[in-house]
Amino acid sequence: MTFETIFAGFGGQGILFAGKSIAYAGMIENKNVSHLPSYGPEMRGGTCNCHVIVSDEPVASPIIVEPTALVAMNAPSFDKFEGQLVPGGKAIIDSTLISRDAERTDIDVYKVPATDMANKMGLPKLANMILVGKLVKETGMFTFEELKGAVTKLVPASKPELLENNLKTLEAGYNYEG
Amino acid sequence: MGNKVLMKGNEALAEAAIRAGCKHFFGYPITPQTEVSAYMAKKMPKIGGVFLQAESEVAAINMVYGAGGAGARVMTSSSSPGISLKQEGISYIAGADVPCVIINIVRGGPGLGGIQPAQSDYYQAVKGGGHGDYHLVVLAPSSIQEMVDLTADAFDIGDKYRCPVMIMGDGMLGQMMEPVEFKDTDTASLPEKDWATTGTDMKRKKNIINSLFIEPKDLEDLVLARQKKYDEIEANEVRYETEDIEDADIILVAYGTTARIAKTAMSKAKAKGLKVGIIRPITLWPFPYEAFEKALADGKKKTFLAVEMSMGQMVDDVKIAVNGRADVDFFGRTGGIVPTPNEILNKIEEIAGGDK
Repeated sequence: MTFETIFAGFGGQGILFAGKSIAYAGMIENKNVSHLPSYGPEMRGGTCNCHVIVSDEPVASPIIVEPTALVAMNAPSFDKFEGQLVPGGKAIIDSTLISRDAERTDIDVYKVPATDMANKMGLPKLANMILVGKLVKETGMFTFEELKGAVTKLVPASKPELLENNLKTLEAGYNYEG
Repeated sequence: MGNKVLMKGNEALAEAAIRAGCKHFFGYPITPQTEVSAYMAKKMPKIGGVFLQAESEVAAINMVYGAGGAGARVMTSSSSPGISLKQEGISYIAGADVPCVIINIVRGGPGLGGIQPAQSDYYQAVKGGGHGDYHLVVLAPSSIQEMVDLTADAFDIGDKYRCPVMIMGDGMLGQMMEPVEFKDTDTASLPEKDWATTGTDMKRKKNIINSLFIEPKDLEDLVLARQKKYDEIEANEVRYETEDIEDADIILVAYGTTARIAKTAMSKAKAKGLKVGIIRPITLWPFPYEAFEKALADGKKKTFLAVEMSMGQMVDDVKIAVNGRADVDFFGRTGGIVPTPNEILNKIEEIAGGDK
């Protein structure tokens, strides 16, 4: 299996970390992985994306042309990448920030009000992890335990509270139905 | 997962250099390789090494010249415009037979160009760059793991032959993350640096590091002796990878990032029933002529397709290797645009269809 996911949103939303958590989980599960960030004159508030491939095969090109999944955290990202998804691809979108419906009918769209949920949890910076939870649930890339294990290793051990909050938001996203 | 860690290319190569015994780093920041400097700035003080952000690339390369001349394992790192500034120093280093490692994380050019990935510094790296009769050994990794492995090798090759070695990556390799494993390296078999300017303690003859030889006969003798060393490097250090070159009608030739994309295009072409192989040079100098001899051994008609992120630079070496015995074609994107697998596939199909 090969999972090719594009994470996209504003700089500062934790797009790169969201991608890194998936790449890291893949590495721990002995998959071949690559994490390619966009780079350039980008800053907080600008657009940002990363391409993450998790595969049983060696990763040839790390650039994703036809993603099997998209995590979009703002409207411009959904506009930009919706058309690139493979038929049957999965779009996990932050419906607090993206109000429109999908234009395509051949993809599965999961609307998660991640920013609202994170705000209500008092963890406004962790909307990204809510979407990561939902992504893993809907794609079946990893079990929740595998994902949890990866994030546990990724968050510095010196910050137990941060880890707890990451796991809380992951779980909220994983269990979100609506 | 063994001892694998997920690391950004720039940081992985900095860590690999430290593990290879590099204790001196002189550089000047430039996108897309600044993380090398940043990593060195953080780590060098902890291992008793030297990190110095010089006032310019020119200063940095001359500090490398000094440290290398004193026998230290030393590295500098930059990206295209910064590497252009270093060329005078690189020529001096080559002319004084000083080992060092130079990293070029290539971005689009010419001029200040852009900051996205490119391979348009091939001529500069392989065909000179600085003045005079000299070569750099040029290593071109195509994954973060290979970047790590080649960094260790780069220091060994430099010390073994007393020559500057360049690792040529690109913005994509510098910025992307992949799992890497650091292996212990053995440097015990390398010659002692009895030529280095380490101080005589009044016990031995002075060592002199110099690239100025006014007497033509002296200079010619030195250049000839250095050429012998280059012959040895060409005999011993050629590296490349091939896949399915036997029986292929079209053989892709690509290095670094582009080789990975070319491989995706190759699988797509094969799925359409086309016979496609690939030669991936790992050393750009010395160029892997041997791989082409293998590919040409059956005497059948075939086409070599060079794929580069440039307007066509390595393709010249492909032509030299093929020497008229097969067709040579080229596909490239430049300016920081990375070619897509489908663009390469289209070119393969165009060649296969014979409609060019």
